[in-house]
Amino acid sequence: MIDGRSIAEVGSDFENKEASRAIVSYASAATQTAEETIIKVEHLGKTFGSHSVLRDIDFSVKKGDVTCIIGPSGSGKSTLLRCINLFETPDSGRILFHGEDIINTKNASRYRRKVGMVFQSFNLFNNYSVLGNCTIGLRKILKIKKAEAENIALEYLKTVGMDAYVKAKPKQLSGGQKQRVAIARAMCMSPEVILFDEPTSALDPEMTGEVLAVMQKLAASGLTMIVVTHEMSFARDVANRIVFMDDGVIAEEGTADEIFLHPKNERTRAFLKNEK
Amino acid sequence: MLTARDKLGVKMIIEILRQYYPLIFRGVGYTMLVAIFGTIIGLLIGLLIGTYRTLPMPRNKALRVLKRAGDFILTTYIEVFRGTPMMVQALVIFWGFALLNGGQTLNVTFSALLIVSINTGAYMSEIVRGGIISIDRGQFEGAQSIGMGHGRTMFYIVIPQALRNILPSVTNEFIINIKDTSVLNVIGFTELFFQAKKIVSINYQTFATYMLIAIVYFVLTFSISLILRFAEKKMDGKKHFTILGSQSDRADVVAANSGGGRND
Repeated sequence: MIDGRSIAEVGSDFENKEASRAIVSYASAATQTAEETIIKVEHLGKTFGSHSVLRDIDFSVKKGDVTCIIGPSGSGKSTLLRCINLFETPDSGRILFHGEDIINTKNASRYRRKVGMVFQSFNLFNNYSVLGNCTIGLRKILKIKKAEAENIALEYLKTVGMDAYVKAKPKQLSGGQKQRVAIARAMCMSPEVILFDEPTSALDPEMTGEVLAVMQKLAASGLTMIVVTHEMSFARDVANRIVFMDDGVIAEEGTADEIFLHPKNERTRAFLKNEK
Repeated sequence: MLTARDKLGVKMIIEILRQYYPLIFRGVGYTMLVAIFGTIIGLLIGLLIGTYRTLPMPRNKALRVLKRAGDFILTTYIEVFRGTPMMVQALVIFWGFALLNGGQTLNVTFSALLIVSINTGAYMSEIVRGGIISIDRGQFEGAQSIGMGHGRTMFYIVIPQALRNILPSVTNEFIINIKDTSVLNVIGFTELFFQAKKIVSINYQTFATYMLIAIVYFVLTFSISLILRFAEKKMDGKKHFTILGSQSDRADVVAANSGGGRND
């Protein structure tokens, strides 16, 4: 659930009224159908050769949820995220998107329009400017006219504080700036959920801060997010649900308080020992 | 008249140019026609084949068999045309056609265009394929993550970047084509080298004539080098970009705004 006051606060922070309206509408849509399950993962399994990376994964994401997936390296967090986006094909189990199993869908592209992704390595299109990165999907996939697409892109670029850089090429930006543009690019397609795959792992502490600030703002606006991260303070402050993964299984899940203050699982306790 | 020493020198070369410039210009015209046309058509063939060969394997079994068959045919084409001299290809195609048509030969200019195009196509296919597979996987995933299929990903994201990366190799092929059209004299194509042989058969000035032709070839290839290097620079765009308005990096604004946070 989202606190009404925090939305208003976030909204009023924007200089641009349109941008704030867009964000608030995101939030109100989320509040109305807060109980709606967007993604449900059932008994998911994935093996690479003889190595089983994911075993019997079960979890679901409701509209407006901010789910953080934490855990040691190699525990299958990224693979799980990539399965949800169909970059990896699971070997067993189901992934339900609004109740429909999408693992064997004929049209993965159509599904991916509704499930955005932000990568550790940014993956901005090198042959387009910042604005081009954000408008290409709107224009060539959603068939929106150039001028309108640019307006939409500018709104989201304002949200992430990158509207002044519309003409820059990706290689001219810092890591933090690139990641903020990548977030705007994902937002432009108005996805129902955005997957973040270790979005700050390639960044220095300062740039990490600027990217996390943007993500926190989006979380507060009611955007549904699944975040694989090593940023424990972000998980603690922003997530309303934490999934702790270890060795291909979900070892424990719960609210931030449950996981960080009263972890039940021995492995979780050991992993979080240094965080207290 | 010219003295014996002049026969080896600059004066002789200038004299031949003055006397035979219509023949030489004609040769230059045909050489450049075939080189430009062959390189462009070859690049188009290369783009089609390179794109086909980098298609992901289809999940459907029947389609997979079809894709493998296509790969086999294209690999055969590439290996055969890369693995035999263009001069031999020219002779085989030219006389092979005549044999099939009761002695009626193909138009020589058409033969030349055809041979250079398919020969260049074989090399370009591998150049383009190399260009495509050198593009970072992240570019594909970034495109797919916003809902682009393979076709759109290739057309809008991968091919434009691959083309920029392979431009030096394409320039290479272009220059090789300018020089290698000289082997087409075996089918009687009146390119630059053919004209040089004709001039020598009239004036017997072998050294000066071929020296002149060498200079002409170099001027042609070097001009192409310069033009395409300029094109590369243009494609790279400006080094600098303008930050719009008076706003500086807005990270500070974002950071200041994030105080609210989430309360569940």
